[in-house]
Amino acid sequence: MELIFEGIKKAFWLVVTFDPEVIGITLLSLEVSGIATLISLLIGISTGVAIALSRFPGKKIVVSLINTGMGLPPVVVGLFVTIFLWRNGPLGFLEILYTPTAMIFAQAVIATPIVMGITLAAIQQLPPKLRLQILALGATRLQMVWILIKEARLPLLAAVMAGFGGVISEVGASIMVGGNIKGYSRVLTTATVMETSRGNFDIAIALGIILLLMAYLINLVLTHIQQRERPR
Amino acid sequence: MSKSETILEVRDIRVVRGGTLLLDISSLLIQEGKVLSLIGPNGAGKTTLLQTLSYLQKPFQGEIRYRGQTVHSNHSVIGYRRRLAMVFQEPLLFDTNVFDNVASGLRIRRMKGPEIRNIVEEQLARFGIAHLGYRSARTLSGGEAQRTSLARAFAIQPEILFLDEPFASLDPPSRESLIEDLELILKQTGTTAVLATHDRLEALRLSDRIAVMKDGKMVQVGSPEAVMNYPVDEFVASFVGVETILTGEVKKQNSATFVASISGSEIEAVGQIPPGEMVFLCIRPENVTLSTNASKETTSARNVFPGKIEKVTSLGPYQKVRLDCGFPLVAYVTHHSLEKLSLKEGKEVTASFKATAIHVIRKKEP
Repeated sequence: MELIFEGIKKAFWLVVTFDPEVIGITLLSLEVSGIATLISLLIGISTGVAIALSRFPGKKIVVSLINTGMGLPPVVVGLFVTIFLWRNGPLGFLEILYTPTAMIFAQAVIATPIVMGITLAAIQQLPPKLRLQILALGATRLQMVWILIKEARLPLLAAVMAGFGGVISEVGASIMVGGNIKGYSRVLTTATVMETSRGNFDIAIALGIILLLMAYLINLVLTHIQQRERPR
Repeated sequence: MSKSETILEVRDIRVVRGGTLLLDISSLLIQEGKVLSLIGPNGAGKTTLLQTLSYLQKPFQGEIRYRGQTVHSNHSVIGYRRRLAMVFQEPLLFDTNVFDNVASGLRIRRMKGPEIRNIVEEQLARFGIAHLGYRSARTLSGGEAQRTSLARAFAIQPEILFLDEPFASLDPPSRESLIEDLELILKQTGTTAVLATHDRLEALRLSDRIAVMKDGKMVQVGSPEAVMNYPVDEFVASFVGVETILTGEVKKQNSATFVASISGSEIEAVGQIPPGEMVFLCIRPENVTLSTNASKETTSARNVFPGKIEKVTSLGPYQKVRLDCGFPLVAYVTHHSLEKLSLKEGKEVTASFKATAIHVIRKKEP
């Protein structure tokens, strides 16, 4: 009990004194996961909508693969991204292994199927005749897609939350492709792992609390938007 | 009836899906400013036809000519579609307020704000939903939602309006008031419309012409009177002819009833309709009583006509008796009465029905 109390006290001081290292780690976490989520939104929403609206043989298999991808174990992603970025790997020439860029890459790989899967479900649960109605109102195909995305905006917000929540809290891939280098590629999760293994529970708890707080704040904002839109 | 221009012409269209022939129509003309109703049972191809005519359903064989020109490439399909509007059975409103819903077709056409406001407000008022402008579409009742959907369609001032069973999922009171309003609005705006419905009374009321469909084919196309009274075959007869539908002109208005002249015979029905107007009188066969000698049986029925039996058909528990009373009339009788009155083809009988048993529909002015 003492340990937790001390940890919380330490955490409080680290936060209110704007400890430069903790602030740096937090900002990097936000940056890496934020950019990775943005990339996953671009790819996930566009591909998800395209798959939802098209009919092709093997669509069911593709959809089930995407759904499986929603639960990709981060360590597996970390492993494959590491292999790809390894010096003599297929993308080795980029020389980005053990950089924040590599972490963004790995996190985008984790978040994209999550966003894609939720988008797919969100578009498919709209009434099928709605597409005909939109076209009958004179919409071009592009206008129709845009209107459908607007109609599915509430579940799509859930996709943003799930994507961001998934990557900001994952540790396996980040530590493997980022290397947890102090002041360079150390983020909240990788730092928590390291401090815990060293027995520095106070700092680990502080980092953990910040991580929880950030996840909570971002979801609070998104939930607020979502609930405001809900029917009363 | 004044001659009007053909706005849409269908030539030999066929739609095949998964090896099934859904639509096979050799020719159909849609006239500007007129309302055409497509009636037929479920699966007759009404929806497929509407979606093919609006280029929502592709591909198809054959030709659709709009004002004499074929609609070809993808580019002209958008241009063509922007002259149309479609209202479905479900309101299919967008997840926003009523105003934005009605404005959506105009925004798709990149119309500017002040112009949109004028048009939308006019449509909201026209459909009696001006007070709902800023309500979320999700909180509307079925009738309000369908009014919004119709207002959205009328806002784009379509050259042709396609209506796919627009009243089918409404409760009777909101259905009745919406049909009444739509009838008036179609008349005021002179909109060309194609209405798919399985309700022949709805078709009778709203249309200038009726097309009966079955298995993707046109069985009969003609004026409401022609289709109702002179069905071309058994199918049309059984679909439209459950009851007798007569056309006549109102001659005299009494306090609660009126008298209409039907090919020389005078029929009294309940309603306030001024003389000179044309009406449809619908008489259900179970409300027609037959007797062999009118003087012996006293009846409270206002309408008593001598007639001759033309045909007797068995319908299970009932016998359907077709009479010629100077106008066609159908009656249902039980086996018992059939035997008691020894009814058979060629026999002279007296038919009677009450003024209250007649369903009256005011005829659309040509």
